[in-house]
Amino acid sequence: MKGGIYLDIQLKRGLLEICVLTVLNRGDSYGYQIIKDVNPYIEISESTLYPILKRLETNQYLLVHAVEHNGRLRKYYKITATGRHRIIEFIDNWKEVMSVYNFINEEMRNHSDEQI
Amino acid sequence: MNKSEFLLSLTDKLDPLPQHEIEKTRGFYAEMIDDRIEDGMSETEAVTAIGDIDTIVQDTLLEQPLPALMKAKIQPKSNLKIWEIVLIVLGFPVWFPLLAAFFVVILSVYLSVWAVIISLYATVAAFVLSGLAGMFSIFFAPSFVYGLFVLGLSLACLGIGVLSFFGVTKLSHWLILLTRKFLRFVKSLFIKKEVL
Repeated sequence: MKGGIYLDIQLKRGLLEICVLTVLNRGDSYGYQIIKDVNPYIEISESTLYPILKRLETNQYLLVHAVEHNGRLRKYYKITATGRHRIIEFIDNWKEVMSVYNFINEEMRNHSDEQI
Repeated sequence: MNKSEFLLSLTDKLDPLPQHEIEKTRGFYAEMIDDRIEDGMSETEAVTAIGDIDTIVQDTLLEQPLPALMKAKIQPKSNLKIWEIVLIVLGFPVWFPLLAAFFVVILSVYLSVWAVIISLYATVAAFVLSGLAGMFSIFFAPSFVYGLFVLGLSLACLGIGVLSFFGVTKLSHWLILLTRKFLRFVKSLFIKKEVL
């Protein structure tokens, strides 16, 4: 089912954006550190992170600045007030999704109990 | 593959992109490899961990706006041979209408989707407005029964208007998602040949 896969990709992308912002909410961070911080919760690779960071920067959810590190420049990402607002918005929206999830989960559990 | 081979291949495959985009992407992956090496990996391990180069190129290209992709694809390379230039000039009557038709098709898909959305909202507005106008008109009703009838109709119109507003909003959301999917498909037409 191609449509299903597409939706899953969109959903994952949306979740990853919020995960990256949440990690940055702890403090400024750089690409590799973001991957290490996000990976325990949701799988993310460099090729996925790069477009996400670009999109977040375009939407002014984060700011980028370069810092010298071991004789080279490393890019650090800083969350903006708009970025924080986006996280709060996400939490509010997902309250509804979670209640639907709980309903489905409970219904399925009850139904499988009945079948047993 | 070592770091410089990886970056060279990446730069090569991102060739259709503007120079500053290539530099930015190259810089990002160079930093990622350096950070992995600093974390204790060998250069080869770090490059392997970054992942498949074609996936990276495809993901990067898909994120580019459509005009940038088209410009990059259509832009002639500086080292065009004479016969190629002659072919482009002679082929103008063929490729120009095709290109124009391509743009018109994209535009018409967008316009028709938005026309549907606008007409749906216009229908909602018509229901609500006729409901309100009907309520106002009962003051001029010639008889009580007629007034009551018009009031009933007005309330029905208002009800349909309010209820259909939610449906139309949901439907518009799906239509916009559909246009995004369409844009992604159009973009993929310009990418596949570069990557594969």
